[in-house]
Amino acid sequence: MGKSIKLNRGLDLRLEGGLDGSEKPIAIPSSSVAIYPDDFPGFTPKLSVREGDLVKPGTPLMFDKVNEQIKLVSPAGGKVKAVVRGERRKIIRVEVETENGAPSATVTAPGKSADEIATWLQNNGFWAMMRQRPYDIVPTPGVTPVNIFVTAFDSAPLALSLAQTTGGAATEIAKGLELLKTLTSGEIYVSTRRNDNIELPSFVHNIIIEGPHPAGNPGVQIANIAPVNKGETVWTLDIVTVMRIGRLALTGVADWSTTVAIVGSEVKEPRLVTTQAGAAIAPLIAGATEGNERHLRIIAGNVLTGVNAGENGFLHFPYRQVTVIPEGDDVDEFMGWASMSPKKMSVSRSFISSLLPGKKFAPDARLNGGRRAMIMSEQYDKVMPMDILPEYLIKAVLARDIDQMERLGIYEVAPEDFALCEYVDPSKLELQKIVREGLDYLRKELE
Amino acid sequence: MLRKYLDKIKPNFEPDGKLHAFRSVFDGFETFLYTPRSTSQSGVHVHDSLDSKRVMIIVVAALMPCLLFGMYNAGYQNFIGSGISDLNFWSIMLYGFLAILPKILVTYIVGLGIEFVVAQWRGEEIQEGFLVTGILVPLICPITTPLWMLAVATAFSVIFVKEVFGGTGFNIFNVALVTRAVLFFGYPAQMSGDRAFISAEPICGLGGTVHYSDAFTGATPLGQIANGASAATDAAGNILSTWNAFLGLYPGSFGETSTLCVLIGAAILLATGIASWKIMASVFAGGLFMGWIAYTFQSPLYPGSALQPIDQLVYGGFAFAAVFMATDPVTAARTGVGKYIYGFLVGVIAIIIRVYNNGYPEGAMLAVLLMNALAPLIDYCVVQANISRRMKRTLR
Repeated sequence: MGKSIKLNRGLDLRLEGGLDGSEKPIAIPSSSVAIYPDDFPGFTPKLSVREGDLVKPGTPLMFDKVNEQIKLVSPAGGKVKAVVRGERRKIIRVEVETENGAPSATVTAPGKSADEIATWLQNNGFWAMMRQRPYDIVPTPGVTPVNIFVTAFDSAPLALSLAQTTGGAATEIAKGLELLKTLTSGEIYVSTRRNDNIELPSFVHNIIIEGPHPAGNPGVQIANIAPVNKGETVWTLDIVTVMRIGRLALTGVADWSTTVAIVGSEVKEPRLVTTQAGAAIAPLIAGATEGNERHLRIIAGNVLTGVNAGENGFLHFPYRQVTVIPEGDDVDEFMGWASMSPKKMSVSRSFISSLLPGKKFAPDARLNGGRRAMIMSEQYDKVMPMDILPEYLIKAVLARDIDQMERLGIYEVAPEDFALCEYVDPSKLELQKIVREGLDYLRKELE
Repeated sequence: MLRKYLDKIKPNFEPDGKLHAFRSVFDGFETFLYTPRSTSQSGVHVHDSLDSKRVMIIVVAALMPCLLFGMYNAGYQNFIGSGISDLNFWSIMLYGFLAILPKILVTYIVGLGIEFVVAQWRGEEIQEGFLVTGILVPLICPITTPLWMLAVATAFSVIFVKEVFGGTGFNIFNVALVTRAVLFFGYPAQMSGDRAFISAEPICGLGGTVHYSDAFTGATPLGQIANGASAATDAAGNILSTWNAFLGLYPGSFGETSTLCVLIGAAILLATGIASWKIMASVFAGGLFMGWIAYTFQSPLYPGSALQPIDQLVYGGFAFAAVFMATDPVTAARTGVGKYIYGFLVGVIAIIIRVYNNGYPEGAMLAVLLMNALAPLIDYCVVQANISRRMKRTLR
């Protein structure tokens, strides 16, 4: 049993349509998968394949323009169906039509040295699945992280328990951690919940984190375990990626299967599905949503940080859930600001729902108000369990004041750490976008 | 029904419509009547139900007890002063209502008019900050304030204190208080003295003409004390007990006199979590502390120092300033620790001005304005503490 940290600040959104824990996964093989380079911040994609090429699971689809050794690989075997591009020919996604029974490539085990292991991770697509602080981007090769933080639970609304997904994979996890250990000069910290029972090797530190979301965010864990200082680099990744790394190193066969929770207020019976990473969402939720006329928002991920995938979207990295909520652009609410309805979800005690502690809610995607300047103070602090002054950091970012951003701890944060602030904000500011733009600006100016 | 009508006239306000010049007005009304359909385009997919409209409306609701009491008090003072013996509740209320209505209308029309114009000019949504300011201004002014002065002062502060800084959320000073200060310093003759605080003329046949005399001076309790009275009296000439001062039937700015009603408002603000309890509590703490010091070291040079500390809190505008003015989130300190310091100093300075400056019997307004100016400095120090914690970590 490791050290334990109790967080008081934060917020667990009480949403309808969660799993009750008794669900057995249904296998739904995917007919197509896709990789979105935008899910990997800091990665500038160049194509390694063309439309029509045959790929195996683990074949690189894209590589990074700056650090060409970093690759994004196909999670399934089949034929490259389409390279979807947006404005100025920016690559939106690479789609692969899966073929059943496509042979898997066998991967040789990594070497012993740190360099060999790094190259092996880069070639097999795992490198891009890690993040570094500062900047919350794919780690820059050649920089040795001070520490590595592995998060073994997901505290986001309606999220799937990672301990459940990785159950029985202790050998693989131990192997993965062993490989990572060679890459850092410092420690590996693995954060779990108290009852997770994940077997961990003795050379890592197991930290037990208690408290509401964002307890599962690596940023929060770092801030409470060993904060990032200016000039330091740390890496973060989740336990599922560790398990995949270990599995590939042990078996030599790429396994990109994943378990996905189908949840949200518009899902009749929340369920678990096993499929491929990056699978098309439509077959996964077919027949699962409420059959009414309302516009739906299909989110690859959770309601705080997920991606609005739309009906024809695909699963996004790093999420293992699909959340379906009402869009809300088809409702007229008369004087909504005066509402006394107990159905309104809010942290404010001005709503009746604050008197109903166990109640669950089915919010839609509306902003519930107009965008304003920051008016109320100390709203963000209540959901930010880090020694950060969110209001002031946001203002420094908006002012593009690099010195002040540094002083206020920009290197310690990622956009996702501001997700709850964005949720509670009565001024409806796009905080995650602001932080992401600030991090990108800083990186551009300083590199 | 209404929705259909709005949808029908909406095209007129689009960029090519003939009423495009009134887009901000239409927008303001539409979003007031119907929650906008706009959904999240980036970041989180769900948002809390609280928005700034609700915040502002709750503050306005919290001001209602003060407004209603102010109406009663305005009528009551006139009726007593003009010697009317039939103190019918409804005629008193109606008198007060008629006395305050033109002032509320003038502030709202002038202030909201400017807001609409600026919103249109900037191409922004209309902001609801003035909903609160517009009701605060009549409440903190003497009932006799001429309407044109109110209009001039409101226009001045909305433009020069709020809009030039960028609108709601960017102002340094509390807009309502600056309006009051402009009136106070611009038109001192009308805004202070003994005869400013009672509506002295009949309105629509109600009430009577007030005859000032030695027995009925119309002076506020703090004014009487500052002039050397040993104890304040109410309009009828009785000694004003702490309890009666708490209830608030004495001459003063329209909505400020009743500490009881202010506390009802405070209860609403704190129960809904809209105002900061840190600021509110520390203003009262600061006032008590300084009141106690003044009382302990009282001097005949400063008659105000003879007041019991608790009386300092229930007389005049202190409680009102603590609950509604100091807690304005935009102009107050924004950091947690900063709020305690800010609030405490507002309380202390309000009593200092009140007691040790015989020229101004009331100090709450100036104290809040002074601390508005200092709030960023307090926050700066708190932020620096966070920064130096981070620096130390790096050096270790």
